[in-house]
Amino acid sequence: MSFQISIGGFIAVYIFMVTAFAGWVIIGRVPAILHTPLMSGSNFVHGIVVVGGIFTLLNASTPLEQAIGFVAVLLGAGNVAGGFAVTQRMLAMFQTSGHAAHATKHPKHAKHPKRAAPAAVKSISPKKT
Amino acid sequence: MVITISQLIIGSVDLIAAFLLMFGLWRMASPVTAPSGILVAGVGMLVAVVASFLYVFTVDAAAKPHLPLNLALAAAALIIGAGAAWWSGRKVAITAMPQAVALFNGMGGGAAGAIAAVELFGHQTHGAAQLIVTLLGASIGSISLSGSIIAWAKLDALLKKPLHVPGLQIFNGVVLLLCVMVGGYIAFTTVGGAAPIVAMPQLIEIFFAIALLYGILMTLPIGGADMPVVISVYNAFTGLAVGLEGFVLQNPALMIAGMLVGAAGLLLTLLMAKAMNRSVAKILFASFGPGKKRKQGAIKGSLKPVQASDAGIFMRYAKSVIIVPGYGLAVSQGQGKLYDFVKLLQAAGVSVKFAIHPVAGRMPGQMDVLLAEAGVPYDLIVQLADVNEEFKDADVALIIGANDVVNPEARTDKTSPIYGMPILNADQAKKCYVVKRGDGKGYAGIVNPLFYAENTFMVYGDAAAVCVSMTEAVRGMGAPAAAA
Repeated sequence: MSFQISIGGFIAVYIFMVTAFAGWVIIGRVPAILHTPLMSGSNFVHGIVVVGGIFTLLNASTPLEQAIGFVAVLLGAGNVAGGFAVTQRMLAMFQTSGHAAHATKHPKHAKHPKRAAPAAVKSISPKKT
Repeated sequence: MVITISQLIIGSVDLIAAFLLMFGLWRMASPVTAPSGILVAGVGMLVAVVASFLYVFTVDAAAKPHLPLNLALAAAALIIGAGAAWWSGRKVAITAMPQAVALFNGMGGGAAGAIAAVELFGHQTHGAAQLIVTLLGASIGSISLSGSIIAWAKLDALLKKPLHVPGLQIFNGVVLLLCVMVGGYIAFTTVGGAAPIVAMPQLIEIFFAIALLYGILMTLPIGGADMPVVISVYNAFTGLAVGLEGFVLQNPALMIAGMLVGAAGLLLTLLMAKAMNRSVAKILFASFGPGKKRKQGAIKGSLKPVQASDAGIFMRYAKSVIIVPGYGLAVSQGQGKLYDFVKLLQAAGVSVKFAIHPVAGRMPGQMDVLLAEAGVPYDLIVQLADVNEEFKDADVALIIGANDVVNPEARTDKTSPIYGMPILNADQAKKCYVVKRGDGKGYAGIVNPLFYAENTFMVYGDAAAVCVSMTEAVRGMGAPAAAA
């Protein structure tokens, strides 16, 4: 029994097609207020290239391949770590009026549970929820 | 046996990772769930990276003797790359976020290009389809790398002016064509088994050099105002390159994550272009701003300066105030001071909202992040489509550090470079206060007639300092009343 993954040309096209569609739908839901974290978040997601870099470097058999493979892992790791760091930092900043820090200043919002979706946040995607 | 087990583990972990990355992005749909979304995606990424070290059990026979060194190199690269990027990502100012994203994006493109380079130099690709996909990924990744670096340099103000050379677009077209031709020649000679006129390693080097050059040339003529679109395009490019290299490496997790970002980048690019009412092709292939000389019609009216304290007190007695923040606010680091003023107004019963233009700041949504950083709750932040009808009922529009996004010329003057761009209708408010450093022009390099309008008053000064003066003025008048 083998678990070797083998993806032929047509299967690849199918995977790309379905994923592109999924990506379009997933990203279309994101409101404009989150577009900067979204951009850096999707930037973080393609950092998975570091996995390919590690594979390539481990399979390197000449100094040239080792050098380029090293660069691939170095850059890929930078993409992952940097993308995550900035995205996480930005998202941690978003708070509602219902948040404890502001509750006393805005009594009318204080009653709302923290999870109430604010009316102001609307998706500008064609698909409205 | 060990090979089978490691393949099983890697396959399963990558499957989980692909799911977590998608699910993480899914949770980005609301500011409430988004922070956990990035953590979910982070877990997926972490397990995928850890599991990738199981590839040691499946390496080629040729690479076996080099395994200890390769492993050490991989660990070192991972620690150095991740450590440096983590440190700079933690430290970078929110105002500098577009540059940071451009840089990290370029790294991803470079990584995809480097993987392709190893495949090409090592002749590890099998068959024409894989070779062509490798070449495609190599060129797209390289363009993304060099293009992102130029975008970073422009946003970081290392490169000040967009490059305007007559005929550059045609030259770029030739360079791109050359890139396709060299790539095609590599594929043709490799598949056909013919001897190339130039030795293959040199040919591959030439191919990468042309692709990198194209990325530079393509980005140089694009103006700073269009950089967010460019970053988004390169984000999509890197995603595409990663997806293509995922196919070459037969790794579905890379294919899925890469293509996901490819689609995301494309959608974001189109949304942004729509917000600026310009076609993506025009942004990428035609230059904008000071390159074109245009005579602006004479502007009626005059600039009417007022004191910050007067503006502050007027707003204290208004019913509703809509604030239009722009990049100038971020430059002066005045968001926190502005929010202090807003809290005073709210305490006095004034209804206050922040109206955000889709391209406020240097990147879509950047102004939202900057306000969030200052502690402004996101339910006070309203996007253009939802707020534009409200300006005509607002007593005051406070425009602070913004310019082009409230320029009514975009609605009326067909010859204006920003004609057709959706703008915030601040000019419809009963009164406009414009906080500005001086009479300078906006990013698009044009004069804003709104500033000369009858109901517009200019408050000159640094945005942060003006916010402090307004706050002090309102506090100062409140104190005697409280004492009495």
